[in-house]
Amino acid sequence: MTKPKHLKLSGLEPLVITPDSNFVNVGERTNVAGSKKFLRLIKEEKFDEALDVARHQVEGGAQIIDINMDDGLIDGKEAMVRFLNLIVAEPDIARVPIMIDSSKWEIIEAGLQVVQGKCVVNSISLKEGKEQFVHQAKLIKRYGAAVIVMAFDEVGQADTYERRIEIAERSYRTLVDEVNFAPEDIIFDLNIFPVATGMDEHKLNALDFIEGTRWVRQNLPHCSVSGGVSNVSFSFRGNNPVREAMHSVFLFHAIKAGMNMGIVNPALLEVYDDIPKDLLEHVEDVILNRRDDATERLLEFAETVVGKAKESKVDLSWREEPLQNRITRALVKGIDQYIVEDVEEARLAASRPLEVIEGNLMTGMNVVGDLFGSGKMFLPQVVKSARVMKKAVAHLTPYIEESKDASTSAAGKILMATVKGDVHDIGKNIVSVVLACNNYEIVDMGVMVPPEKIINKAKEEQVDIIGLSGLITPSLDEMVFLAKEMERQQFTVPLLIGGATTSKAHTAVKIDPQYSQAVVHVNDASRAVTVVGDLLQRETSDNYKKSIKLDYESFRDKFLNRTKAKEYLTLAEARNNKFQIDWDSDDIKKPNELGIQVWEDFDLNELTEFIDWTPFFRSWDLHGKYPNILKDEVVGKQATELFEDAQKMLEEILDKKLLKAKAIFGLFPANSENDDDIALRFRSGSKDDNKGSLSGAETTDEVSSSAVKNDEDEVFIFRTLRQQLKKRAGVPNIALADFIAPKTSGIQDYMGCFCVTTGFGTQELAREYEKKLDDYSSIMVKALADRLAEAFAEYLHKQIRTKYWGYGNSENLSNNDLIDEKYQGIRPAPGYPACPDHLEKLTIWELLGVKEKIGVELTEGLAMWPAASVSGYYFGHPRAKYFGLGKIKQDQVEDFAKRKEIELEKAQKWLAPNIVDE
Amino acid sequence: MKGIEEILQERILVLDGAMGTMLQRYKFEEEDFRGERFKDWEHPLKGNNDLLSLTQPEAIAEVHRKYFEAGADIVETNTFSGTTIAMADYYMEDLVYELNYESARIAKEVANEFTKKEPHKPRFVAGSIGPTNKTASMSPDVNDPGYRGVSFDELRIAYKLQIEALLDGGSDILLVETIFDTLNAKAALFAIEEVKDERNIEVPIMVSGTITDASGRTLSGQTAEAFLISISHIPILSVGFNCALGAKQLVPHLEVVSAKTDYGVSAHPNAGLPNAFGEYDETPEEMASQIQEYVEKGLVNIVGGCCGTTPEHIKAITDLVAKYQPRKLSHPII
Repeated sequence: MTKPKHLKLSGLEPLVITPDSNFVNVGERTNVAGSKKFLRLIKEEKFDEALDVARHQVEGGAQIIDINMDDGLIDGKEAMVRFLNLIVAEPDIARVPIMIDSSKWEIIEAGLQVVQGKCVVNSISLKEGKEQFVHQAKLIKRYGAAVIVMAFDEVGQADTYERRIEIAERSYRTLVDEVNFAPEDIIFDLNIFPVATGMDEHKLNALDFIEGTRWVRQNLPHCSVSGGVSNVSFSFRGNNPVREAMHSVFLFHAIKAGMNMGIVNPALLEVYDDIPKDLLEHVEDVILNRRDDATERLLEFAETVVGKAKESKVDLSWREEPLQNRITRALVKGIDQYIVEDVEEARLAASRPLEVIEGNLMTGMNVVGDLFGSGKMFLPQVVKSARVMKKAVAHLTPYIEESKDASTSAAGKILMATVKGDVHDIGKNIVSVVLACNNYEIVDMGVMVPPEKIINKAKEEQVDIIGLSGLITPSLDEMVFLAKEMERQQFTVPLLIGGATTSKAHTAVKIDPQYSQAVVHVNDASRAVTVVGDLLQRETSDNYKKSIKLDYESFRDKFLNRTKAKEYLTLAEARNNKFQIDWDSDDIKKPNELGIQVWEDFDLNELTEFIDWTPFFRSWDLHGKYPNILKDEVVGKQATELFEDAQKMLEEILDKKLLKAKAIFGLFPANSENDDDIALRFRSGSKDDNKGSLSGAETTDEVSSSAVKNDEDEVFIFRTLRQQLKKRAGVPNIALADFIAPKTSGIQDYMGCFCVTTGFGTQELAREYEKKLDDYSSIMVKALADRLAEAFAEYLHKQIRTKYWGYGNSENLSNNDLIDEKYQGIRPAPGYPACPDHLEKLTIWELLGVKEKIGVELTEGLAMWPAASVSGYYFGHPRAKYFGLGKIKQDQVEDFAKRKEIELEKAQKWLAPNIVDE
Repeated sequence: MKGIEEILQERILVLDGAMGTMLQRYKFEEEDFRGERFKDWEHPLKGNNDLLSLTQPEAIAEVHRKYFEAGADIVETNTFSGTTIAMADYYMEDLVYELNYESARIAKEVANEFTKKEPHKPRFVAGSIGPTNKTASMSPDVNDPGYRGVSFDELRIAYKLQIEALLDGGSDILLVETIFDTLNAKAALFAIEEVKDERNIEVPIMVSGTITDASGRTLSGQTAEAFLISISHIPILSVGFNCALGAKQLVPHLEVVSAKTDYGVSAHPNAGLPNAFGEYDETPEEMASQIQEYVEKGLVNIVGGCCGTTPEHIKAITDLVAKYQPRKLSHPII
């Protein structure tokens, strides 16, 4: 089937004008003939400011910008080329198509030679005869532009209905039949002339244009009609209320007749329906020439219309657009100010309130979805859109319930949950919001959801997809378990896997084989939309599922082949190749303050300068290093906006002390023993009974093995894990224990532990925002709390280095140096690469009394609650460094279980993500 | 014999793979590039692949032959940099006509060999017209965004010379490819129209843009659809994308173009994305399995390979597409 012939233009982005398109507004402020200001800027060569004029118009909604440099005092060709070259370098302007406007052919041609998109030439005509007309049209076609044809011929300008259609028809036939010009690329300007001039021959000016337009659109297929609207009200200069009414009335009728684009100053336009009835009647009499005395009556009436200045409404002109446009714009721009009134208007017009959701709101959200899908909108904007959507839906819900109209038409129902033992939900919430924006119904089960609940809920709600999220490594196993359970219960719905520790590798190797239906790893929110779309699209889903299954299978095979190729050492061999330090007491500093300290209510203001913003942007799917990201070509604008919002919220958090920062830390004498253990001594007298520091009953019995009474000192033992991958010669197999002097060296060494939190208050704030249907702020507050917790850990580490331990008191590092870890000593955290085993957190909790002193708890999955918390160890030796454990072998798992006095099965469960597949 | 427009309605045509990747296998050194004829040239010539059409014509013919053997219907001439603008790097502006003429002649000779052997499968030569190394829409000077290193007219004149030579040498098709700046391409298309007009001929034109990154835009900032609109003003055989991305990443852009054009759709992606060493390591099977998505969705009429692809890739693609119907064309082309 041949595609329909629509006028298609392009800047950096397409503009396709179809019969369904709204009136296309051409910006006219970059015209030296029409704007004194623009003329002055060009004359004075203030091109930067001239660019601002262009940018303003695009931001103000102009879909095409008209550029005209015809003035006796400027070199039009040079100015045109220079200005266009500059515009092309501004993506926010160049996204719209350009109308190259000149009465001089050489200026038009020079303009066509510097713009890559499909422009509009304004204009050519038969004025100088057919030969020149054909010549110019041929060239325009070759340059790939559309053209405005003026109703002008050798005789003169068309000023009657008959002359308009005569010239239009002749021009059209010449272009289409002789030049082979695409008819959809022809736009007629049928000459808008003033009415109410007092001269009889002008009475029909508006009506003839309108009727001429109707004839052209009916008889000359595929072409468009344009014109400069302000001409019509020329005789009422100085009386803006009348002019505005005239423009609206003229457009109202001309658009109905088929005028589909034109130059209109949005500031000089009244909403047709808002024109007072008496004024409307007088104006319509004139425009449509309904009475002989129409002009006199309007002149008389005009004097009574006070020229009241219109209030400044630079950004509000969109409020005058049709309802759907307003709703769409509110959703796209994330403006929630007017949404309730607009939705109410839509509701009153609709036969059922649900129609507003299915019609108006979904139309808008589809635009959002398309923009997001095509990379024109970024995550934070989409989340803002969702906020507007939620407000709108909330307004409608009571009416929908009242009308008992509960039939939904969501594209699909998706269950989302953070798995058992895990509390992290920023990523999951973002994906939920984005999917909701794309018309999926989300069943969000929150965090720490046990598998049986997920299974039951999925059945009960008959969901179409289950999405699991998790950030900590034990969550990976939860996901595997759930996949097995779904298989056993003969589920058929696809399973989505996401979250920071998840990976395509883990999904392909561990989860996919457990479930015979589709399993997809989704690494970011924007991909979630396409994946879900592909999975649920009836026509394509089978193929997609098959291809995914095959993809994961081949990925798995390749991955397993690769891992097999790696060689591992036995634990004994690895221990023989440990990280060697020549122990010398000079390198070891006794901490200035041994023992445990608690900070109950730390001043958050101290932390702001320690914030590493880069991960904050990453949590919103904006990738790039702070602060460069703020100037990034693609995401810079969005990143800046997000950053400003974050600063605002941060300020509020600080001002109102909405979050509470607490810390506990301790420094202790310690030595390594038996290769991989670190024994840490703590005087029991100073320590209260810390039993019961765990929230999960299942885990309470696990601590006893690490605390051994030894006269007056209590000994706590951290079990570290050792790299087992075979290294090239000279590269050691490291365990954290290597950084602590062994007992056998006879040197007394030290280490520390800590837990900081800025999470208290986060949940309350987030809930409050959620209650206000503001997911954007809810996600924001969590993301900020996370950043503050990391900043706190960084701050505390500095205090430890320079004060409490005191080995680094000469350091003077900037925040960037801190982020780049340029200091001495490390603070590895259980659950992270150097010590991926979470079990050791239990020992920290018992040793410091974390739960009792500062209230941070451990979940079943050994995640910290509140989530915005950081815990870890301190190692101070100059040679201590961060490393990744990598995979370990079964012999170490067995050894670890024995050392820790736990069941092998338990050790296997907790270490699973790190055990090499054999 | 059927013309290419007719064949395009019947089956998916296969374009060849990379010339550069194949030439690397010969490990040509400076003296090989120079040959006897340019042994005293004052400037280094190693890397001037186009020149090999004059100094190592057997190698060029052999690469074409391998691609035809692998099943390609169309091979591209070895003229990616064959404009006075790009050849200025080697001070070889004056050789541009000869380079293009010879390259087209070599390719056509090999094509004729194969057509004679397999008359049911005629082989075609596409004259490759690269983007040049200058851009008409962007400033090379960060401090002067209004500056341009090359003008439309300079491009148009340079392209015209290349086009005339390519046609004189026997090209059946003109392929304006790897378009990173649509304005450059528009200058090439303008020149083609001029030549067509002056010679009163029709010639099938393929237009192929490059989406350079995940933003889904050309280097000069256009979306796939804006690009399509900007080059659709003259009748063409096909429009599509090549280079920069692997087959997989091209899918969304091909979907846009396929849905919005009446012309044929082409794709010749790279063999995946370059790895950490800048090498393309996607296997023929991997690439074919991704191209399967194109053909299953009915997105393409012409498919081939760009950087990193070899006759093995083209063989895998040929075998694959033989099993599928081409994208439906709405009306006879040209």
